[in-house]
Amino acid sequence: MGTIWFWIVALMLTAYVVFDGFDLGVGAVYLWVARTESERSQALRSIGPVWDGNEVWLIAAGGTLFFAFPLLYATAFSGFYLPLMIVLWLIILRGISIELRGHSSDPLWRTFFEALFCVSSALLTVFFGAALANVVRGVPIGADGYFFLPLWTDFRTGDNPGILDWYTVLGGVTALTALSLHGVLYLAMKTQGNVEERAMQLSKYAWIATAVLSATGIPATILARPASLTHYLSHPIAFIFPFMAFACLVVLRFSLSKGLQFSCFLASCGYLSSMFLGAAFGIFPVILPSVGIHGKDLTIDQALSAPHTLRVGLVWWSVGICLAVMYFCIVYRLFRGKVSVDDASYEH
Amino acid sequence: MNALTLDRIQFAFTITYHYLFPQLTMGLALLIVILKTLAFRTSEADVAQNYDSSARFWGKLFAINFLIGVVTGIPMEFQFGTNWAEFSRRTGGVIGMPLAMEGIFSFFLESAFLGLLLFGEKRLSRRMHWLSAFLVFLGSWISGFFIIVTNAFMQHPVGYRMLSNGQFEVTSFQDLLLNPWAWLEYAHNMCAAVVTASFFMSAVGALYLLQRREGPYGRTFLRIGVIAGIISCTAQVFPTGDLHGKYMAKHQPMAIAAMEGLFHSEKGAGMVLLGQPNYETETIDNPLVVNKVLSFLIYGTTSAEVEGLDQFPKDQWPSTLPLLFYSYHIMVGLGTWFGALTGFSALLLWRGKLYSSRWVLWPILLSWPLPYIATTAGWMTTEIGRQPWLVYGLIRTSQGYSSHVTASNGLFTLLGFLGIYSLLSFLWVILVYNHVQSGPPVADRDRAIALTA
Repeated sequence: MGTIWFWIVALMLTAYVVFDGFDLGVGAVYLWVARTESERSQALRSIGPVWDGNEVWLIAAGGTLFFAFPLLYATAFSGFYLPLMIVLWLIILRGISIELRGHSSDPLWRTFFEALFCVSSALLTVFFGAALANVVRGVPIGADGYFFLPLWTDFRTGDNPGILDWYTVLGGVTALTALSLHGVLYLAMKTQGNVEERAMQLSKYAWIATAVLSATGIPATILARPASLTHYLSHPIAFIFPFMAFACLVVLRFSLSKGLQFSCFLASCGYLSSMFLGAAFGIFPVILPSVGIHGKDLTIDQALSAPHTLRVGLVWWSVGICLAVMYFCIVYRLFRGKVSVDDASYEH
Repeated sequence: MNALTLDRIQFAFTITYHYLFPQLTMGLALLIVILKTLAFRTSEADVAQNYDSSARFWGKLFAINFLIGVVTGIPMEFQFGTNWAEFSRRTGGVIGMPLAMEGIFSFFLESAFLGLLLFGEKRLSRRMHWLSAFLVFLGSWISGFFIIVTNAFMQHPVGYRMLSNGQFEVTSFQDLLLNPWAWLEYAHNMCAAVVTASFFMSAVGALYLLQRREGPYGRTFLRIGVIAGIISCTAQVFPTGDLHGKYMAKHQPMAIAAMEGLFHSEKGAGMVLLGQPNYETETIDNPLVVNKVLSFLIYGTTSAEVEGLDQFPKDQWPSTLPLLFYSYHIMVGLGTWFGALTGFSALLLWRGKLYSSRWVLWPILLSWPLPYIATTAGWMTTEIGRQPWLVYGLIRTSQGYSSHVTASNGLFTLLGFLGIYSLLSFLWVILVYNHVQSGPPVADRDRAIALTA
């Protein structure tokens, strides 16, 4: 049962990375790809009807984590207190900047909200990348089962790490480039004209950066957390994840040179999913690894809710997720196709 | 201030602020469905156009409030883990369930169909667009239900058992969802949401009539607002408020005694209309009391004995007793005003005199913020009434917080929220003011008809 719920939460978070990933990425590259007033609103219209729904994956995954693994929720959320609060503030600022840009007629305020959207999106991707790297590296869980991390200590991954050290910063930067790539590919697929052209150009550089950083990421992970390698070696089937990520990158490059935009975007989805699930596999069956002398890893079994709760949960979760997927299909189908520069039908 | 106090202030502040937005959007979602239904059912193109533009106007206002509701709601879910870790560890297996269900069953529904409602009018058939409005309404009301189920468990825990390590486990999923407290609280709360939205809508209508704007919108908004207002205000008092009060008297008698300012048990207890509870002398200063009413309201007979605060150990009294008393009285006092105002407006509407009675339009215009105050006071009544418990009778508030998050970190994030929420308030005022001032299109009506034709 624990294994099922571990993968349920991991899959929901993967859905979050893939879906909200592209609108975060659009935000991060937005100021470069879209230059004029109409190009910027074109870029925003491409995510307008969907970004809010994409964000729901995070809330739903959070809720699922809360009831399936209450101990993990309590430990991790209070331990990552400061970065989580900063994430919340960034989510708030990002959300209002999208909405308010559409409601401001003054060019000065539009520029301000555009910049706010770009900065908050970029910072969020960095934080999410760093957060994932924190979980992979491990945290100093104390004897009482709790921990508290400062924002940074000495930038080393020792017994006394902070939220930010060299490894988690690397994770953050990798996330920024990977999601920027994801975002430009989405923009290329959904827009026409100058935005599409610039997005296609930028995607080539973003691809190189992502490929280089992912290649660095693997030895870095082994260095920061040697246990992940042992786990992979004892279950060689897991090498399918890095292999898939590599294959997707190759397919992506090939599709880029052929100009196949949809296939590029799909390959990027595949790359992100493989990377994320590969990281999840690296820690399984631990759910929050620990570093330092006191620490004992927090495992799935310790953090899990009672069996009856989980059985009932599995029933409604399955029904609910089918409905959610159906809504997603309806919305994405209805808003399929490219957004032109002056298409008013996306306005509200 | 210690960490516990700061955590309490932060949660109270963020949730009070958050709930200013959903109470409007949940009510508005219903009113938008009504507007869309009226548009759908009428055969006159002009009238249908009027209702459709009205729905579009309120849809945009909905979107602004929905967005702020969403972004201020995400911190609520997070704060269970960040600031109330021990509470989450022990009860996560129970209260996490309705919270996760809210995410999966209502947020996906709401966000997907809100996208269709706002962006899809030209891509969807009229029937599908109506359906989108309906599903947004359904999603927001389901969402409210799951939140109330969560709160009801904290007020009146059912369907659980406690394990040896202090953790809670759900024993009956049905009992958790069918908690009578939840259904009573939900009914009372949703009436309040409709009151807020209908007062907002009538106020905008009254504003347009007072400004002597051309076009039919002033009258439409006022009419729908007043009719929805009189129905929801009535249902707010009877049966929902009455039943909720009676159930509360049975299960949280101490909270009722504190709300009513009843320090000593009494037969044929009276209802205090005005006064200040004096904690030292255990009496009410400057009381204005109606005899025997309280006994009647709770037990249905004027002679029944009502338990006073003296029946309970002092260390279990709500820690902020006067605040509880005042919030309850503000709620009831404003509720009385709402009943009087909507009742009188409805009478004038029925007689066909409302649109021209400018002396009534003024109070309707100025009353729009009052439901927000009443709802906030109502929430404070429930939540302070529960103190000093986090889960009534089982976990004290002082046992639930994240003890290893220091007070200085708590203060830092509290200040952060204060700053960001002030910014949000400022932006909200500008956005809503501009939107209401520009109003639905009147001059462009012919163009609008041509576009949708």
